[in-house]
Amino acid sequence: MFRTEQMEINMGPQHPSTHGVLRIKLRLDGERVVDSWPVIGYLHRGIEKLAESREYIKITPYTDRTDYVNAMSGNLAYLGAVEKLCGIQVPEKAHYIRVIMVELNRIASHLLWLGTHALDLGAMSIFLYGFREREMILDLFEAYCGARLTYNAFRISGVPADLPPGWAEECRGFLRLFRERHREYEQILTKNRIWLRRTKGVGVMDAEQCLALSVTGPVLRAAGVARDLRKDESYAIYDRLDFEVPLAQAGDTYARYEVRMAEMLQSARMVEQCLDQMPAEGDLMSMKGRKMRPKKDEEVYFAIEGPRGEQGVYLISDGTDRPYRCKLRNSSFANLQALAPMIQGELVADVVAVIGTLDIVLGDSDR
Amino acid sequence: MSAELITNLVLITVKIGVVLTLVALAVPLMILMERKIIGFMQARIGPKRVGPSGVLQTIADGLKLLLKEDIIPDKADKTVFRLAPLIILIPAFVAFAVIPFSGTSVTILGQEITPWITDVNIGLLFVISISSVGVFGIVLGGWASNSKYPLLGGLRSAAQMVSYEVPLGLALVGGLMWAGTASMVGIVEAQRQAGLWFFVPQVAGVLIYFIAGVAETNRAPFDLPEAETELVSGFHTEYSGMRFGLFFIAEYANMIVVSAVATTLYFGGWLRPFPSVEALAFLDIFNFILPGAWGPFLSGIFWFTVKVSAFIFIYYWIRATFPRYRYDQLMAVGWKWLLPLSLANILVTGVLLLWLQPAPA
Repeated sequence: MFRTEQMEINMGPQHPSTHGVLRIKLRLDGERVVDSWPVIGYLHRGIEKLAESREYIKITPYTDRTDYVNAMSGNLAYLGAVEKLCGIQVPEKAHYIRVIMVELNRIASHLLWLGTHALDLGAMSIFLYGFREREMILDLFEAYCGARLTYNAFRISGVPADLPPGWAEECRGFLRLFRERHREYEQILTKNRIWLRRTKGVGVMDAEQCLALSVTGPVLRAAGVARDLRKDESYAIYDRLDFEVPLAQAGDTYARYEVRMAEMLQSARMVEQCLDQMPAEGDLMSMKGRKMRPKKDEEVYFAIEGPRGEQGVYLISDGTDRPYRCKLRNSSFANLQALAPMIQGELVADVVAVIGTLDIVLGDSDR
Repeated sequence: MSAELITNLVLITVKIGVVLTLVALAVPLMILMERKIIGFMQARIGPKRVGPSGVLQTIADGLKLLLKEDIIPDKADKTVFRLAPLIILIPAFVAFAVIPFSGTSVTILGQEITPWITDVNIGLLFVISISSVGVFGIVLGGWASNSKYPLLGGLRSAAQMVSYEVPLGLALVGGLMWAGTASMVGIVEAQRQAGLWFFVPQVAGVLIYFIAGVAETNRAPFDLPEAETELVSGFHTEYSGMRFGLFFIAEYANMIVVSAVATTLYFGGWLRPFPSVEALAFLDIFNFILPGAWGPFLSGIFWFTVKVSAFIFIYYWIRATFPRYRYDQLMAVGWKWLLPLSLANILVTGVLLLWLQPAPA
């Protein structure tokens, strides 16, 4: 007689759409996912351990390499923790430059998400459109700090340099263009019936479950929880900026798409406000020397709202110039926990949709 | 008698050779144009290194495929594995046997040469039936690989192609009712006599046919059997070298077949636009340049090529625009939308034809 069998299939670490080196073991019934086990660690470099043997000042470049799609936020989270640990004040102008860079990087990161997410669902053009605009942001970063991926753009107690001449105008020009292009993306995707069918009701996770799994960022906000550290625990100069926290209620892939799309526009708004408000003159770094010795047995936790969610750094000092422990609370690791419940009972095609919508970076989750 | 037979055999063999060569040459051109056109749509350049503006890129790719090591997985069913690319390739080429490329015959060396290999009175049925055989190539290729992703791809394609055959065939019925014949040449002749292309009364038919045709040829947004981001490469994951190349060629040859059938049935085959309006006769430019039958012969080929290319362009356009359907949604579109629509189309066409028919005396 006929009988059916469940099939175990291995997705990744080499697979076109597991966004790096994620591996998922799937147990399938036909094309339906019965069970799944995400396996991580293929990009583990021991950054937390390495940090223990480096001086505070030398750890910043490592933070670039955790979430390499979004290195500015990595820098900011770490430096914020060190500054909190040592009680360092950051000059106002440096704050503005930091926020400009971090928000631009958020747009770049969301563009990469949009591109790869759409590519996973088969919409190839959006991927290249997204990269076209991301390239412009990278050009701006290159003009500021010389790097295009791992920036190391900030220093403890400030930033190393002022914005180059003409940078602000170029940035404003980009933001104007970006708003136009953003409308273009929406035209291609938002009302596209296939896109709606592929995203609505796929990978649903409600607020309660998100909170239970400590999922943060756009995934949480798409489930209707207005949690944004930039508003709730304002740091740097976010309290002086006028912006909204985009929310959606459905908690599905489409809701997360909506939230991220809206966030890009909010970030563009913030950058413009920063460029308007930023003082023309002012100190860039408050600390002159290189050596720093925080008090013994001091513990701090500092978190910022990264593009993927809460991006925190937990530092313990032992009184030397190196941290005793440097724990990175990176959002990809926490958000990845939502993967298995989200794809339970969905089809194989939805697995890639959900991986895309979680916007994970494996360098970020493996560290 | 026997001399005539031999001449006929030679003639038909040469013709088959010419058509096969042209199709085989069209495929690299199509791939190049696809890369260039989609490159343009995606704000990038496309191939540009091999030859001037990259025109030799596909030739280089083909050579590379020929020179690559031929890998057959240890656990594969070797006979079926070798057979599968042929099962999909041969029907794709055989379908060209009944497609008329132009309307006028020319005389070479005292032999009348028709611009089609053969004109049988079941031409359209022949195309439909022969192109259905290609499905087995995909299913068997996916199964014989003895690997999980190809298996999923093969299963998907089996379901997909079976469900899209139905609306595809039913959509063609509407056109057939207007033409009153299944001979491919007869269909175009009917359009010339009626003085209109059949897409005018058959808009729904064209749409259904083309959507089902895209699904039949496994092109985006229905490219589920090889969905790269889901199934790596679907049914041909384990294929490499020229065996993979054969799948690739078959896919593009099938695209030409689907476009050629759409052109013949709905867009007047080799006819120029508005075939009955004499004032537009200048559109057949070759008629004025070349003497005798050669003028209409080449004009026909010209218009046929233009129309087929337009369809192929739409293929590329769709691919650059749309995301991919999901397996179950694809089934829903096929069975819940296209099938009822194509049945309704037949009904409406029938009523319309009855109404238009002159009352029996």
